[in-house]
Amino acid sequence: MPGPFTYFIWFVGILCEAAVLVCALKKGAFRRYLLLNLYMAGLMIVELGRYRILSQYGQSSAQYAYFYYYSDALLTICLYFALSSLYSHVFSEMKAERYVKMGTLLLLAGTAAFSGAVVLQSSAKLLTHFVLELSQNLYFVGVVLTYVLWAAILKLKETRTRLIQLVLSLGIYFSLLAANYAIRNLYPQLGAVVAPLAQIFGTFLPVAWAYAFWRLPEEARLAPARLAVIPR
Amino acid sequence: MIAAIILVCSVVFLLQFFVSYCRSLIAASIKHPLSAEVQDVTGIKNSASGEDFARVVQLLQLCPDRPEDRSGIQAIGAYFGLLGFVRSSIAKIIPSLRAWTETERGQCTYFAAVALERRIAFSRDMFAQQLES
Repeated sequence: MPGPFTYFIWFVGILCEAAVLVCALKKGAFRRYLLLNLYMAGLMIVELGRYRILSQYGQSSAQYAYFYYYSDALLTICLYFALSSLYSHVFSEMKAERYVKMGTLLLLAGTAAFSGAVVLQSSAKLLTHFVLELSQNLYFVGVVLTYVLWAAILKLKETRTRLIQLVLSLGIYFSLLAANYAIRNLYPQLGAVVAPLAQIFGTFLPVAWAYAFWRLPEEARLAPARLAVIPR
Repeated sequence: MIAAIILVCSVVFLLQFFVSYCRSLIAASIKHPLSAEVQDVTGIKNSASGEDFARVVQLLQLCPDRPEDRSGIQAIGAYFGLLGFVRSSIAKIIPSLRAWTETERGQCTYFAAVALERRIAFSRDMFAQQLES
């Protein structure tokens, strides 16, 4: 069974996810950022489900392992669509929503095909390994897509502070998880150290989104050129 | 090989996102004018200096904690540490970087001073509510 620290982080994570939904509802941002909020609600339900399965079957049970990895893959796909909704926000004035949707679906299909090809070469338990591989690859695709979105924000001189913070915090979250997965692949012996870190990283996104919804009004503006690492 | 590439790219992207995120937190607070009271307490009159950061954070820790500020202050604390590392390593080779880190460290101090002002206002509100009840 996990130790008290793991339970504590878990509990904090669930509270933060609930806080995002409450903050978004209170500040009238629930519908505007619907997919982000639906993802957060899904994440909270999955965390509660994981807790129930863990307490019923134990951490080393097949039920927990299957539920964990399959729900992780589903959540990653949901987050990927949430990211595409941020694209729609940034490109809303260009009326490019249709192209964003098409691009999102094509890239998802491409990532799934690539993951399938990798798994076919090296694995017997096809579906389970496909799910794992897809999650890892989607995290990295998420990092790259968030970076492209960030570049578009700088290029288009997007000024909405809340939207900028939502995108940047998503970028940090994707980068942390992609790096975490990569370290686990490169150094499997570090798994016991690195795996719990993913849980701590997982609390960053709800905390940052709750902050963005609560603290920043939708009308808040800033000059994005100030934020570039290389001054423009 | 693919995992190594993903790791390197992720770390590079992470640094970029983290710096931009912290600067967006600072930019959102930089327009907030400091009250005369906080200026007196922190000693920040016109522009803040990175040297004052530790002192302002100590003052912050004396005030009751506000959960909604905590993550921002922690992120800026980590950013300040990163700037300190750059200042004492890479900036010694690239002098122009030194001026940039100094400006950024000063802005981190200003962010902490704004957080201090919010905490003082929060404490006052709580005290007033207690008196009323």
